[in-house]
Amino acid sequence: MFKGANLFLRSEKFLTFVSIPNRSLWRNARDRFFQNSAATGGLVALFLVVLFALFGPHIAAWNHEDIDWNLLGNVREQGAPSWQNGHYFGVDELGRDLFARTAQGTRISLMVGIVGAFIAVVVGTFYGACAGYVGGRVDGLMMRLVDILMSIPYMFVLILLLVMFGRSMLVLFIGIGLISWLDISRIARGQTLSIKKKEFVEAAAAMGVKPIIIILRHIFPNLMGVVIVYATLLVPSMIIYESFISFLGLGVQEPATSWGVLINDGASQMSYGTLWQLLFPLFFFVVTIFSFVFIGDGLRDALDPKDR
Amino acid sequence: MFQFILRRLLIALPTLFILIAATFLLMHLAPGGPFTTEKPLPDEVMANLEAKYGLDEPLARQFGTYLFDLVTDFDFGPSFVFKDLSVRDIILQGFPVTLTYGFWAFIVAISVGIPLGVAAAVHQNSWLDYLAVGVSIGAQVLPNFVMAPILVLIFTLWLGWLPGGGWQGGQIEYVIMPVIALSTSFMASVARMTRSSMLEILHSNFIRTARAKGLNGTSVIWRHALKPAMLPVISFLGPVFVAMITGSMIIDYYFGTGGIGQFFTNAALSRDYGVMMGVTILVGTLTILFTTVVDILYAWIDPRIRY
Repeated sequence: MFKGANLFLRSEKFLTFVSIPNRSLWRNARDRFFQNSAATGGLVALFLVVLFALFGPHIAAWNHEDIDWNLLGNVREQGAPSWQNGHYFGVDELGRDLFARTAQGTRISLMVGIVGAFIAVVVGTFYGACAGYVGGRVDGLMMRLVDILMSIPYMFVLILLLVMFGRSMLVLFIGIGLISWLDISRIARGQTLSIKKKEFVEAAAAMGVKPIIIILRHIFPNLMGVVIVYATLLVPSMIIYESFISFLGLGVQEPATSWGVLINDGASQMSYGTLWQLLFPLFFFVVTIFSFVFIGDGLRDALDPKDR
Repeated sequence: MFQFILRRLLIALPTLFILIAATFLLMHLAPGGPFTTEKPLPDEVMANLEAKYGLDEPLARQFGTYLFDLVTDFDFGPSFVFKDLSVRDIILQGFPVTLTYGFWAFIVAISVGIPLGVAAAVHQNSWLDYLAVGVSIGAQVLPNFVMAPILVLIFTLWLGWLPGGGWQGGQIEYVIMPVIALSTSFMASVARMTRSSMLEILHSNFIRTARAKGLNGTSVIWRHALKPAMLPVISFLGPVFVAMITGSMIIDYYFGTGGIGQFFTNAALSRDYGVMMGVTILVGTLTILFTTVVDILYAWIDPRIRY
């Protein structure tokens, strides 16, 4: 028997007995993501923060609106965190339980971040994909509009909107979402320009598929990788926007609260030595922003390995 | 080049007009006004007040007057809350302050961020690189409203080195903390951006050629790599400028420095539409001006760019 046949037999054996698991693109990406310890750590930390936001208000011994009359007036001496009176994170300067307030604030800040990023992703991707796919004069006009909107000082306009239409969560969501889709529309357009030259899009167009269906069925799925990465990095900046506005006292209104409000409250009281009022909200803010940044970087490395 | 500048200006001017018109319209369509109080004013008083500020005229006429005064006289109209101050007075009072610490923050962000980024890229994967990356990631979670209280906590309450607020005509010890608080996160972004664009350039063919020719390391970095690596950073300066002005709201609020951010925030709380409108238009004008200048600068430095 000559050598080649032997080899052939052996390789056939190998094929029959050891089945190699199917490796899809997404599976590869997932493996790469979990090899990145910072990203995995970020995911775990974020999971814990979300758990805190979901169940914190139920665990808390106090309501986030109620004032502990026993402590009001001597918060500085007796308001520090303690297990005995149920104020795990202490109380704020009005004697309200900081654990419950932090949990409530975490809820609102996370919600603003995620909903804001979601609006931005949906609007921005669709707008960018349309502009890129249609191309020509329409594209020029649509992107010029983005340029114009981008050169507007967004935070001033957002505050303007909040003052005009009343300071409600709805206006905050719409305002933040409306301003934040601009970057993503540019990215989506750039990607679309290269995708639309691919054969599968050409084939679909040749078979007479309507442009809108091509965008939704063929362009969108291929934009997902880039968009997911960007959306993850967008969430922390949405949270920072909201905290910025709430820090100035122009965002979320009492008794509801958010990290910006809590950090501002804590910062205004810190000269009296009640540092826990600043540090607990700040801790959750910092951990969450870190987590999102790490997850975003990890996702980028996982989905777009050419940069490594 | 001249044509490009002209075209760029042709975009900038309508943008500016749209911004002014939109702000004006928004302010005048808003429900409730500066004179809306808990106890409604008698109708005659309301009518007199509106007549005094010209609010009873048709909207187009009001807009025409406003625009005319703005362009010819730098007049932003009256403040509705401060009776004896016009919006121009307020802006002239607050703007130099904002400009002072904004300018220094800009300088600090660039002059620390760029060398840090370059050093990190040149010594990739060394302790210096890790330090730079660590600092820039760390600074990302320290936006100005987090930085300000932390600085005050350390330098005012614990160490007692610096005053915790105020301006005092811009004496150095009152300027330091606003500048650091405002510049930290931008310094980080500039460093990150410089590092990644520098890395890309250092791995490109023409740098390899330069090294192969036998040029020494310093000359390759400073003469050949730095210039192309700066391009993305320059295009980032426009957004940085906007963010600096926006950040002045936090700085003024927290340190009580008395810049335009403070007037804007107070105006927002007291529904002083005149001041809000004036500041928004001023900031918008500067933003558009600055982005246009950066665009032109960019096109001038990099002749490949023409849009």
